[in-house]
Amino acid sequence: MPPFLFWFFASLTLIFAAAVVINRNPVASALSLVVSFLGLAALFVSLDAYFVGIIQVLVYAGAVMVLFLFIIMLLNLQAEERRRTNWIAAAGGGSVALILLIEIALTIGRFEAARKTFPPISGSTTDDVRKIGAALFRNYNLPFQIIGVLVLVATIGVVLLSKRQPR
Amino acid sequence: MIPLGHYLFVSGVLFSIGFAGVMLRRNLIIILMSLELMLNAANLSLVAFSRFRVDPNGLPNYNAQVFVFFIITVAAAEVAVGLAILVALFRARQTTDVKDISSLRF
Repeated sequence: MPPFLFWFFASLTLIFAAAVVINRNPVASALSLVVSFLGLAALFVSLDAYFVGIIQVLVYAGAVMVLFLFIIMLLNLQAEERRRTNWIAAAGGGSVALILLIEIALTIGRFEAARKTFPPISGSTTDDVRKIGAALFRNYNLPFQIIGVLVLVATIGVVLLSKRQPR
Repeated sequence: MIPLGHYLFVSGVLFSIGFAGVMLRRNLIIILMSLELMLNAANLSLVAFSRFRVDPNGLPNYNAQVFVFFIITVAAAEVAVGLAILVALFRARQTTDVKDISSLRF
């Protein structure tokens, strides 16, 4: 992938991720999140992870975002009114996030392998669905079934939670 | 060519943005979206390391991508449960602001 595409999609992802946090209107935040996830899917494809990129678009930009938008419109959430901000708490939270970012940047800077470029791949990655599926059902069979139970529990839990309680 | 560190740095910035969203915003829906951003930052660094570690067959290491698959599944389940809790809360209190939900606060 040409470097300018990496910079384009990386900045797209980061700018719209920041827009998610900055926007006051929840609908605008959700739509920014869609764009951010699409940029992230492009980054996955640039790393030869086609299956993960497609899943990212289908599950996140498709299903999860529809769920978010559906809930926002169901609850009829408006842009939140300006409240008196607690500046000390906001400065504390922002500085913790900033310190985390600085620490991550320093760790990456000290990491030797981070300066190397990606080694070339000789095999074909276009059938990575098959390879991931084989790994999923052979080496990771038990975690896969546990994930299935988790999804079942989540489904039952959501039905129970959203059922209207008799008064 | 783009070195590995650039992808890791994008992942780190994305994680920090999500973390800042969780710390600074008071709307529960935005907090859930920021959690999604943090999970996706972890996915990005996993995929980058998967591509970086080429095995003798000349293929990326697919173990990391299986892990990403698990993370996406767990995140989808988490969003479903989180939004169900949000709807139940909104029915009881008519608010999604964390400042209004302080009954259990010490």
